Amino acid sequence: MGSIEANGKTYETDEEGYLADLNSWDKDVAEVMAKIDDCELTDNHWEVINFLREYYEEYQIAPAVRVLTKAIGKKLGKDKGNSKYLYELFPYGPAKQACKYAGLPKPTGCV
Amino acid sequence: MSDAKKFMYINRKAPYGTIYAWESLEVVLIGAAFEQDVSLAFMDDGVYQLTKGQDTSGIGMKNFSPTYSALGDYEVSKIYVEKESLEERGLTLDDLQHLVWEDEDEDYAEKDSIRLVSRAELADVLAGQDVLFNF
Amino acid sequence: MAMLHVVNKSPYDACNLNTASSIMKEGDQLLLIEDGVYGAMKNAKAESLLNGLKVSVLGPDLAARGISQDKLVDGIDVVDYAGFVDLVEANDKVQSWL
Repeated sequence: MGSIEANGKTYETDEEGYLADLNSWDKDVAEVMAKIDDCELTDNHWEVINFLREYYEEYQIAPAVRVLTKAIGKKLGKDKGNSKYLYELFPYGPAKQACKYAGLPKPTGCV
Repeated sequence: MSDAKKFMYINRKAPYGTIYAWESLEVVLIGAAFEQDVSLAFMDDGVYQLTKGQDTSGIGMKNFSPTYSALGDYEVSKIYVEKESLEERGLTLDDLQHLVWEDEDEDYAEKDSIRLVSRAELADVLAGQDVLFNF
Repeated sequence: MAMLHVVNKSPYDACNLNTASSIMKEGDQLLLIEDGVYGAMKNAKAESLLNGLKVSVLGPDLAARGISQDKLVDGIDVVDYAGFVDLVEANDKVQSWL
């Protein structure tokens, strides 16, 4: 177990930095998590993060990369629904890294 | 796809009372990444997994019934439900979630994933598989 | 000497409900919890096991499994966790068919 400080609040995380409690998530902790990885969150990042939160809300799972890519393409357009675009935004892996900022558990099947 | 193996996951346990149902779902989702030809069968108490209106807030467990709706996204489009098992339990297709998948080749047309089959028909489906996983 | 019989397995997966219902004496009560609640559904094969018995079923376990009240055999009492405790108190012994 670890923890992250953001805006005077403490957020519990697991040993890999994923939030322990999905409901404790807010935008502040996402910003701080990104800063730790040297990543500045733009509107394009937020689009994906918000998409993941909505997907989890509906299906109770974080989607696999292949599923995420296809679903993003359908929702936000083909120019965004490809791994090149998503890996540019999230170089540590779109599913893994974006899920972390979105406060979700690590995607099922991710090692 | 010609060298893809036909994988069948057989689900025979009720949700929540044991961990089998959720474990099966996780394995299916992980396995779907390997682009095999995946089918699911629900028989015996396994048909209870698909009932709609599940609300686990009173028992402190994760409600994973919404996750079955994601199977279409994972290109799992063949979900066999055994008729005899439903009837024995006083259930009909109307008691189950409506699961669909989107056919990319037909402009994302929504198609039903659930196929209601008799035990004899299910036997034929099982006979045509390469690998069977039991949960 | 009334006894509360608790069944937590589906009647189609284990013979617990079968055994419990046939061993119950006059004045005994049956409580269905966890996967045992499937035994409370009407128009189902196991329905007749409940004939002539005083039956309660745990509401939160019904809700988790998507079973609404109209799916239950007539005359079954739906209880919450406090009602579970009341049943334990009201009977001299509790027999859990595990």
